[in-house]
Amino acid sequence: MRILTGNDLKTGAVIWWTGSDWSLHVADAVDVTGREDELARVEEAERRVNVPYAIDAEMHEGQPRPAHIKDRIRALGPTVRQDLTLKPADPDIRNWVI
Amino acid sequence: MYRYDQYDQQMVDARVEEFRDQARRRLEGKLTEDQFKPLRLMNGLYLQLHAYMLRVAVPYGTLNSLQIRALADIAEKYDRGYGHFTTRQNIQYNWIKLEDVADILADLAKVEMHAIQTSGNCIRNISSDHFAGAAADEVTDPRPYAELLRQWSSFHPEFSYLPRKFKIAVIASDTDRAAMRLHDIGIQIVERDGALGAAFYVGGGMGRTPMVAPCINPFVPLDQLITYAEACLRVYNRHGRRDNKYKARIKILVHEMGAEEYTRQVEEEFAHLLEQGVEPPFAELERIRTFFADPPFDAGADVALDRSDPDFALWVDRNTVAHKADGYVSAVISLKPVGGIPGDATAEQMRLMGDLAKEYSFDELRVMHTQNIVLPHVRKADLHAVWTALDGAGLGSPNLDTVEDIIACPGLDYCSLANARSIPVAQRISERFAANGKTAELGQLKVKISGCINACGHHHAGHIGILGVDRKGVENYQLSLGGSEAEDVSLAKITGPGFDEAGIVDAVETAADVYLRERQDGERFLDTYRRIGMTPFKEALYG
Repeated sequence: MRILTGNDLKTGAVIWWTGSDWSLHVADAVDVTGREDELARVEEAERRVNVPYAIDAEMHEGQPRPAHIKDRIRALGPTVRQDLTLKPADPDIRNWVI
Repeated sequence: MYRYDQYDQQMVDARVEEFRDQARRRLEGKLTEDQFKPLRLMNGLYLQLHAYMLRVAVPYGTLNSLQIRALADIAEKYDRGYGHFTTRQNIQYNWIKLEDVADILADLAKVEMHAIQTSGNCIRNISSDHFAGAAADEVTDPRPYAELLRQWSSFHPEFSYLPRKFKIAVIASDTDRAAMRLHDIGIQIVERDGALGAAFYVGGGMGRTPMVAPCINPFVPLDQLITYAEACLRVYNRHGRRDNKYKARIKILVHEMGAEEYTRQVEEEFAHLLEQGVEPPFAELERIRTFFADPPFDAGADVALDRSDPDFALWVDRNTVAHKADGYVSAVISLKPVGGIPGDATAEQMRLMGDLAKEYSFDELRVMHTQNIVLPHVRKADLHAVWTALDGAGLGSPNLDTVEDIIACPGLDYCSLANARSIPVAQRISERFAANGKTAELGQLKVKISGCINACGHHHAGHIGILGVDRKGVENYQLSLGGSEAEDVSLAKITGPGFDEAGIVDAVETAADVYLRERQDGERFLDTYRRIGMTPFKEALYG
């Protein structure tokens, strides 16, 4: 599957296309295969996202998981500061990233 | 240290307002990202893996307490409570919001700081010896020359769109503490027959094509310093490649043109420029020099030191360096606690370092390219108080230049260019050696880690260098041995096939064990490697 990501223009935060809006959580991302270029163009033009692009992902326990480690780190936060990630209290999150 | 005059302040203040308008237009949609990107980069604002990242310039690594407190305030008010000191003597913030950047730049301007030319294809922050003005072995303080170069290179219209970024280092001693010959231009202030001049080394660098800069002129009179630098840049700007960013650095030009021909063209341009009169008045250099006069050292400072506390004595032995003034030392504050993130400091730690600088070091601090901080002028009599305060704040690690004092770039945890994580490897190595107790026995052992070929972690110059690569989506780490950024400069050589995250830590310990087994009296790791060569290490690593 392909999922669409980018950064929030004001805050720079990593965001994911949910089908109707943008979310901070990759778990909310939807498959955009075949529509990624058009969606990226429209959303960027509306300034709802900065520098959008599509990445490969796969379903993992019912939720999208980016195929590449770089995108998984991007989705969650730095592996060396769990307190700064989106899941600061999840003891198993390293297994999801690595 | 240097203080802004009205022109410096006007330039920086004007840039703040210019960027405020640019950011506003971007947020209102009047500028596209393609239009805005070169403007934000000129102000040190990147879009990194998780957010915007702001890189703030620390000219030649020098800070005062007011400035580091301002950096702490920015970390707390606009970021997540910490900053990251870099291998270019700068500081980076990783979680910046675009809508806050103009206010941050305004806060920086109030303490004579900015983020100008910390990105882009221009002359970057001038780096220097972190012990400048304190070191006993320097022929003069190199910082006035670094400051003159800073002023010359700031907003230089001819050099704002170079083929590629451009880095200059200035030192003034035979001992190289600034990786001088691994810069686009390395300048060593030297003495000849009682007169000072500048030796120019051009065409060094790390990155994907590491090169050691050759000396193209051993003695340029100091009243022609800027003219000669301008000639070096002009020849590069004229002939440097703009068609391929991987071949655009001056090291490629010097290599392909040949140092002899490059030098001939520089000398020709230099002769032409001498007729144009581009050199700033010598009085300006004299004015700058007055800012770098020695602080009022206490001539009666006690040279004795109470070493009865063994932990304190260890820190003194490892983290203090001889000073030119009797009764003083330069004290290195390690930002490398065991298992910590190299170069990171919290706002509270920054404030403490500022307080200690104010009270005990004539209000001066230095950022080292090795991602530590220096209190350059501390009375021996004050050292115990300094160490006690540092130790209580997690800043008292006694590990300067040991295997635990690791340079690591932000790597894949923060950087969009990275292929692999650097920081966790540094953490595991420091934990391994802290646990096995070999750190002291190993002595000087410089480990440097980069998460990609751009080499921000200086892996080419590590006694042990580690480069993270992406092997089909999995992190892999190449091990190199034998590099040095110092006066005995050399480039590290790859040992062989790479290792996974756990394997690279084992590999570093294996290499260290070979050294312990093979070393002769007084040899550092690097000396032993140079004597016995790669073979014993390869045999131990790969069987």
